[in-house]
Amino acid sequence: MAKDFEIPPLPKYIEIPSINEGAMKGEGPFKSSEEFQIPLGFPGEKVENWQDVAISKMGELKSKYRSVQVFLDVCVKCGACTDKCHYFLGSSDPKNMPVARQDLFRSVYRRHFTFAGKYFPKLVGAKDLDESMLDDWYNYFHQCSQCRRCSVFCPYGIDTAEISMAAREVLDAVGVGQKYCNQILGKAVTVGNNLGLPEPALRDTLIDLEEEIEEETGVAVKYPLDVKGSEILLITPSADFFAEPHIDGLIGYGKVFHQDGVSWTLSSYASEGANFGMFIGSYDVMRKAALRIRKAALDLEVSRVIVGECGHAWRVAYSFWNTLSGVGAGGSDEYSLKLQNQLDSRYPQPQHIIEYTYDLIKRDKLKFDKSENDDRTVTFHDSCNVARATNMGGIPNGQFILPREVIKAVCNNYIDMERETIKESTFCCGGGGGLLTDDLMEIRIKGAMPRMQALKEVEKTDGVDTLAAICAICKSQFSKVLPKFDFDPYMIVSVHQLVSDAIVLDKSHTIESGVEENIEEATQ
Amino acid sequence: MSVLSLVITALFYISFIIFVIGMTKKILQYWATPAPLKIPVAPTPLTRTGVVLRIIREVTLFESLFKSSKWTWIFGWLFHFGLFLVLIRHIRYFWPGEVPEIFLLVQPFKYGAFAMLIGLLGLMGRRIFVDRVRYISAPSDYIMLALLLIIGVSGAVMTFTSNHTDVVMVKEFASGLITFNWSELPTELQLLVHLLLVIILIAIFPISKLLHVPGVFFSPTRNQVDDARKKRHISSWALDQEKNNEVRLDQIMGEDE
Repeated sequence: MAKDFEIPPLPKYIEIPSINEGAMKGEGPFKSSEEFQIPLGFPGEKVENWQDVAISKMGELKSKYRSVQVFLDVCVKCGACTDKCHYFLGSSDPKNMPVARQDLFRSVYRRHFTFAGKYFPKLVGAKDLDESMLDDWYNYFHQCSQCRRCSVFCPYGIDTAEISMAAREVLDAVGVGQKYCNQILGKAVTVGNNLGLPEPALRDTLIDLEEEIEEETGVAVKYPLDVKGSEILLITPSADFFAEPHIDGLIGYGKVFHQDGVSWTLSSYASEGANFGMFIGSYDVMRKAALRIRKAALDLEVSRVIVGECGHAWRVAYSFWNTLSGVGAGGSDEYSLKLQNQLDSRYPQPQHIIEYTYDLIKRDKLKFDKSENDDRTVTFHDSCNVARATNMGGIPNGQFILPREVIKAVCNNYIDMERETIKESTFCCGGGGGLLTDDLMEIRIKGAMPRMQALKEVEKTDGVDTLAAICAICKSQFSKVLPKFDFDPYMIVSVHQLVSDAIVLDKSHTIESGVEENIEEATQ
Repeated sequence: MSVLSLVITALFYISFIIFVIGMTKKILQYWATPAPLKIPVAPTPLTRTGVVLRIIREVTLFESLFKSSKWTWIFGWLFHFGLFLVLIRHIRYFWPGEVPEIFLLVQPFKYGAFAMLIGLLGLMGRRIFVDRVRYISAPSDYIMLALLLIIGVSGAVMTFTSNHTDVVMVKEFASGLITFNWSELPTELQLLVHLLLVIILIAIFPISKLLHVPGVFFSPTRNQVDDARKKRHISSWALDQEKNNEVRLDQIMGEDE
């Protein structure tokens, strides 16, 4: 996998490349093995009659998902999406054009399920599902981050993410899964988080974090774990517990909760916000992961569920939790009713941590020293899943407004990137959708080019030196790719890190108020 | 009646029946296939009214295409709007007897045919000359445009050049199809080409990409209200699975630790 490749240059304006066939041809990411396939209910290796299995799975999926059925039929090949994918712009491989990526799947659909494709395959571009087609599926459906930018620009709203999820589901059904996603999912549905972090390790980490914060600020900000009867259950990506810069965001959440004086808790049973079940397109696996959160919320008897900074976690939480597990309003099944009975109906359930902090800011509950962030000029990267698949605050375009308002409340210098590269048109970081693995580094770097280009422009024109994001994958991806494009890898921060740096902590909330001043003096 | 007129009459009915059955099947299929998850794409309407307005903008103004590519939008919109005017003007042929006043209002818009042809030529040019669009084009994509172009040109030839046909006879023929009062058709080549290709177009509608016409209304990314937290959205199969298969998930993926 360590093949040499060129880092794409960053032009002043993004030019649509001429197509370069086969530029990203390859074997795709590492394949999953029996060890990771079986626990998810997938065959351990490529099944004998894989063609039949694949075709019948396609048939099943198109009868279960209107999106798949309609999107496979209605594309007119107008070409509107062809220059919209960051992976195409960065790699120039035509199979990374959204329509061409879909056509890998669509051509097989036509061959097996449509009149024209059965009798006039050449005429309508219908193709058999042979070995090389399956290889192309595996390779190119793992060069899609399911960011849905193409769907914004499609006259019929065709969403390549839906097709790529379906294709990955078919691949899993024939026993050709991706190692990265399936290994992680195995841990998430048994241990409770993607890192496979058991309760004692998590507890130790949180204690260390508390000590660290108290040392630095003199204030005893707490990170409660499994505290029954807390008001808030925080569900956050497990990367927040360990990775940089994620952990500084977690510090920020803790400080905000501390300042609000609210009781809150993490759960060791449901210690993962990320839900990779979405990436592999499996409703069952996604639901299985989501049910842990329902159970944790019920067991811990919380009245609010809040989700930390994670893009697709927020998509699953905001758009799918109510469907999958009844966390939300309006359901009438047993669990929905139980949850509605327990959860505080004055708040939307679930809520995003940005919504929570924004609400406190609006109600003047938080004090900030904005000058703490004066050494920064900040821009905000709209994470694809948050931007295109969710809302915040219940107001139109709230998912674009609220994070910016929070940043502006804690920073004096804020600049947006080029309009065509933000909000609903945002460019993916390049690492989403199950691609955040080293064996896909080439496509990750090439796919980051459009975002890096927009960032380079605001760096030149406005001196932007800080890139804030609300997604664990974006943060990890940027840390890796920023230096490849001559940026400081530490310029990527959590939005709640900015909050954390500017927030004025109220010392009266601390338990040993006498000690704190000494510590503060000592640390200064 | 001549054999030719009989054959064309028969073909009209056959293609119409294929169209009705095929489209009904497809629309029922789209209707019956559940959308198990909320997947509207930004900028998402938060209300039902917002969704209706979004779809109206999408089908009348091609809003998303406008955001995407101005050239494709201009050609695509000219073609569709031109076709729309031309189709309305064709109602007078099929209307038995005196045509209501309202349809006469569009008679001056016969130049819609040119909008349609310019649009089609633009789309064809894009398909041939833009490498990305050429890459994704199958033979059927060119043939579809050629079909529409020839239909448009043959129609325009009859309207705008001296190669007119006997419109009174055409009206007799076309309205006769509606009233089952079949009659003779003029035999100019341009008319026969025009009609035959229209017959083909009608017949292939339900088995081709022309399905974008009903499909756009069923696109979940466009027709869903963004209210996932307020209402529980669940499909029938997911609900069944929830009721019957609760244990199955545990069996497959293991009990929780």
